[in-house]
Amino acid sequence: MNWNNILTVYLKELRDSLRDRRTLMSMIIIPTVVIPLMTFGFGKVMSRIMSQAKEEASAIMIIGGEDSPGIVAALKAEHDSEKNRPVFRIVPAGDYRAAIGDKKIRAAVEIPAGFEAALKTGAAPAVTIFYYEGEIKSSLGQKALENFFTDLRQRTAEARLTERGQPVTLLKPFEVKRRNAAPPEKVGGNLVGGFVPYLIIILCFTGAMYPAMDLTAGEKERGTMETLLCSPVPRVNIVLGKFLMVLTGSISAMVFMLLSMGTTAYIGGAIMTGSGTTMKVGAAAAKTTMDTMPTVDPLGLFGVLAMVLPVAVLFAAVAFTISLFAKSYKEAQSYLAPMMIVIIMPAAMGMLPGIDLNAKLALVPILNLSLVCKEMLSGVWHWDLIAIIFGSSSLYAALALTLAVKMFNREDVMFRA
Amino acid sequence: MIEAHNLTKTFKDKKRGVITAVDQVSFTCRPGQIYGLLGANGAGKTTTLRMLATLLAPTSGSARLAGFDVTADANRVRANVGFLGASTALYGRLTAREMIAYFGQLNGMSDAAIRARIQVLSAELDMAEFLDRRCDKFSTGMKQKTSIARTLIHDPAVMIFDEPTLGLDVMTARAIVAFVRECRNRGKTVIYSTHIMSEVEKLCDQVGIIHGGRLVAEGTVPELRARFGEQDMEEVFVKAVGGEAALAAALKN
Repeated sequence: MNWNNILTVYLKELRDSLRDRRTLMSMIIIPTVVIPLMTFGFGKVMSRIMSQAKEEASAIMIIGGEDSPGIVAALKAEHDSEKNRPVFRIVPAGDYRAAIGDKKIRAAVEIPAGFEAALKTGAAPAVTIFYYEGEIKSSLGQKALENFFTDLRQRTAEARLTERGQPVTLLKPFEVKRRNAAPPEKVGGNLVGGFVPYLIIILCFTGAMYPAMDLTAGEKERGTMETLLCSPVPRVNIVLGKFLMVLTGSISAMVFMLLSMGTTAYIGGAIMTGSGTTMKVGAAAAKTTMDTMPTVDPLGLFGVLAMVLPVAVLFAAVAFTISLFAKSYKEAQSYLAPMMIVIIMPAAMGMLPGIDLNAKLALVPILNLSLVCKEMLSGVWHWDLIAIIFGSSSLYAALALTLAVKMFNREDVMFRA
Repeated sequence: MIEAHNLTKTFKDKKRGVITAVDQVSFTCRPGQIYGLLGANGAGKTTTLRMLATLLAPTSGSARLAGFDVTADANRVRANVGFLGASTALYGRLTAREMIAYFGQLNGMSDAAIRARIQVLSAELDMAEFLDRRCDKFSTGMKQKTSIARTLIHDPAVMIFDEPTLGLDVMTARAIVAFVRECRNRGKTVIYSTHIMSEVEKLCDQVGIIHGGRLVAEGTVPELRARFGEQDMEEVFVKAVGGEAALAAALKN
């Protein structure tokens, strides 16, 4: 190994890559502009749709209820004082199943015959609410209806107790309260921590992908690989110089994304999701919102960067080896595209709730990174597991890099006809 | 000095089994000489030259260039050899100067030495006009001149040219032939592959005719003419490989 040679190769590849539009796109433009725009844009659109859905009165259908005029009138009159609009918009009765399915109404309620009369005398039959399971607007309508009727039930019961001279507290002997016990950064870690590692992992790979293809299969295709092999530089130095460039692509994609996301979140205080989760990177911003807004532990971000390093090496080496085998840029693309799925799967698994880091999962590449990032971003540091992950990732990376050097020395790979 | 001794290269092919691309080729080329390797497409010229340039390892046999063995001392062989292959291209996003300088650095030259050497080569090859332009916009001739300058940046003792005039216009081809002759006159060892008969007649001190991976005839141009009883080099070549039928059969493969 000769660092002068490695540096010569690396600097040339860096200069060459910085003049390549495709590499620049994947290394700088997509991570700084496209990814944050998409993430924040998606959050904005989602929150707008949600608030719009909450803004509108729920269109509902009342089935039956001809002999319960009081309840129908109360439904019509139900008023949302906060938003200053009626809660329900009553649609003339018809085929309610079709109307719910077509999303013309959000929900329907069936008031059985003689309901109002039965309510006065004693046990009234059940009221049925129809809605579309899993549909957000429909469940909003269903919840509004359920609130209305549980309210009615409560008031009826209280009225009966008062009638009989009993205290109302008989019905509600104690209150049940709920309060968030998780520290704010823990909430942030769980909300943000799920998809930040996911984005990091994907960008790490796409950042490595284009330089890897360009520096190996691309060079073979253009005939410059043979030229380079004519030089007296030992092969291992060429591999390492090129590999460092691929690693640069991978890491810069990730760093540019984090910088851009951080800046956007910090300056704009941009809303990521409808529930108002913001990612605060700066300490000043974090202080003012610490008690109300879920935040991300800034130390966690540094931890994430450190843990990503061996994985970036692994990705760079894998992308390098695979595309080295290809004869052309196109062939390399067709090998690396399926690799994306292989990488996305474990990365996405880390976002699932309930999967927690343990010693076994700490050995699964990519998934371990995704899980440990989630923990670190929420301020949890399992040093023993972190050591296992760093160690195993470094080992995988070293193996992949060794393989890359081996492949580079095989003439059937380098001169594949 | 190039000494090839029983150089053999076999490839494994999925459809055709084991192919012997080069079969027991031996020859010697001394400093101040141009050795012409004459053969049809697929005869084994490129594979032979790639083995000499240590890009491919011989399956058996050996070769020494400038005193170094291609198998045991590959890096030092490359440091003393300039290889211009039919498929050694330029980096399109670098300028000619950057391209040549890069190979100077890879050869361990100092920046000052590289600058001086580029100046010399640029003057000899008439490159000044396009030296600082990017290679991807070059004409074939400009590319070939840049490639030659790249090959010679470290002033190697041995030069290997694999069909260097392929696809060039007459003017550039003549310039390159003249340049190769100039290298010989300075005492370089040159091996030059081609299938253009006139270049062989004009340029080569020794000619080896290669066919089906085997060296079928060797000698100076007058020697070969006398041996096969033909004045025309093309007729000499056809006779050496065993007639037109044999040539046609070889090209079909």
